Amino acid sequence: MTLIEHAPILLIAIPLLAAFLTPIVGRVNSLLRNFEMIIALVSTEFLTILLSYDVIRNGIRTYTLGAKIPGLTSPAGFPVRIILEVDAMNAFISLIASSITLIVAIYCLNFMKEQRILDKFYTLLLLLLTGMLGLTLTGDFFNLFVFLEILSVSSAALIAFYVQRGEALEAAFKYMVISSVGALMVLFAIGLLYGQYDLLNMAAIADSIQGSFLDKVALTLLISAFLLKAGSVPVHMWKPDAYGEAPAPVSVLLLTSALISLYVLFRIFTIFAINPVLLGWILAILGILSIFLGVSMALIQNNLQRLIAYSGIAEIGYIILGVGSGLVEFPSPTGFGFTAISGGLFHILNDTLDLGLLFLIAGAIFYLTGKRDLNIGGLAHSQPTLAVFFLIGMGAVSGLPPFNGFASKLMIYESVYYLNPLLAIIGILGSILMLAIFVKVFSAIFLGIPYDRELRKIPGSMLAVMGILALSIIFIGLFPNLVLESIITPATKALINPKNYIEAIL
Amino acid sequence: MFHNIPFIAVIVLIAIGLYGVLFKRNLIKIVMGINIIGSGVNLFLIELGYREGGVAPIFTSAPKLEMVLPTPQALTLTSIVINIAVVALMLSLATLIYKHYGSIDSEERRLKG
Repeated sequence: MTLIEHAPILLIAIPLLAAFLTPIVGRVNSLLRNFEMIIALVSTEFLTILLSYDVIRNGIRTYTLGAKIPGLTSPAGFPVRIILEVDAMNAFISLIASSITLIVAIYCLNFMKEQRILDKFYTLLLLLLTGMLGLTLTGDFFNLFVFLEILSVSSAALIAFYVQRGEALEAAFKYMVISSVGALMVLFAIGLLYGQYDLLNMAAIADSIQGSFLDKVALTLLISAFLLKAGSVPVHMWKPDAYGEAPAPVSVLLLTSALISLYVLFRIFTIFAINPVLLGWILAILGILSIFLGVSMALIQNNLQRLIAYSGIAEIGYIILGVGSGLVEFPSPTGFGFTAISGGLFHILNDTLDLGLLFLIAGAIFYLTGKRDLNIGGLAHSQPTLAVFFLIGMGAVSGLPPFNGFASKLMIYESVYYLNPLLAIIGILGSILMLAIFVKVFSAIFLGIPYDRELRKIPGSMLAVMGILALSIIFIGLFPNLVLESIITPATKALINPKNYIEAIL
Repeated sequence: MFHNIPFIAVIVLIAIGLYGVLFKRNLIKIVMGINIIGSGVNLFLIELGYREGGVAPIFTSAPKLEMVLPTPQALTLTSIVINIAVVALMLSLATLIYKHYGSIDSEERRLKG
């Protein structure tokens, strides 16, 4: 079938084309522009579903740019062209990226209605999606750098969307400084690897890597740059500013892009696999530190979005704790290592859903009251649905049983316990503290005497997408095995067997 | 020793750039630092593909077959373009920050840059 053969490149091409079509169509009619954007996003979503289904059933799919037959990767055992490579792991990640962007775009249709420069906003939104999908699907190092820069430029512009606010500009500047230094370090590392092996393809380099001193320098640079983009502990300082100052739906996308850089990090770890035990321990310890710092800083925040951003740092901590402790058992993770890695990957999905829901609720509260801080009170009287959604998000993010956060966090706890009981205990304590924090937020915003001013109504489409997120949180929480077996386990298998990934190219 | 000079220059450029980004308080100087790191990395890429006495890698009516490696040059071109975009965006943010606060010192505001 031809559509599925060309799906990887279409996934990048459709949002990119739509991004630059948006301002032109927006000149004609704004309704038409919304329609065009939603069509592009829905077709991307459709293609990712098709591609994931195909990849999980039939194995790795490669796409060579410019080749006569898309599947033909290396005519002489030496890949020269840019190759996109999709296995169950990146299919899973791209599914998350496109679904979240679709949800956010529907949310924005009403949330952003009063803003004037919507054409550009949607262009940047679609460019951000292009960057995320490209970063996920590419199998080429230099391409990775290009998409990383597309991602950082468009997200910096989106952070500065409220141009009239000075803090938003500063947050964007800070984000841009950090991410461009990170991206240049990535480029330097790519240069180091290219200088030694004359290759740019990730799988081909992984096949011929020697583990020399320069390789280690290059890998350290790559790993630290992607940790920087993901915002784990030593380099988390841009995160609360950026998430707190961006429009709430944009924060959801920033969160998703952080998770995507985590995916790139795990991919680099597993295919190069130089000293995985040490790196696994480093990741696990960074994860614990992120959890600790995230929850303790969230405790003292007074701005809702900043608070959610700090709990986002803690959630990233859980993911790298899980995957890191799985990597300790690396060459053949079978027992607790497998559970740990799949728990970490499962948590990527749950994290997007939970924190996404909370950010969208923060956006709705901002839409209603125009306030970003916690001193509101009594919203539950007039907005009972919002309160219920918040309770669901709160339960999920702190890992309470009927919600999805519980399923993945339990997997992480029980497997990390085998590695070192102390790590698991700190993780559980972090979750409990998180619950305490969000209970405080809930009572500050929703309980108390009714909010005195006249409130607007929340548009139906915003409520609908929050409802979709809440329903999927409950659904995954009730039937975690369904999701685990259909998506997460193939993804984990793809991640821990880098041989397949490498051999698909050579 | 002699042909190591470009690599030493790369290290020096990146170090100067990092110094600018980390220790300068003026936003424009931070942007300059990033641009200098970018130039250092670009020089590194070009140097990787350099071959002594090589000509430009265009096969049609080439005078000889000793050519410099074309891939790093393509990479460098792309990265120069990206760098320009990044620097332009950052300078425009700096302009807006100046309009908003009347200063481009990174220490004077709430968020520490």
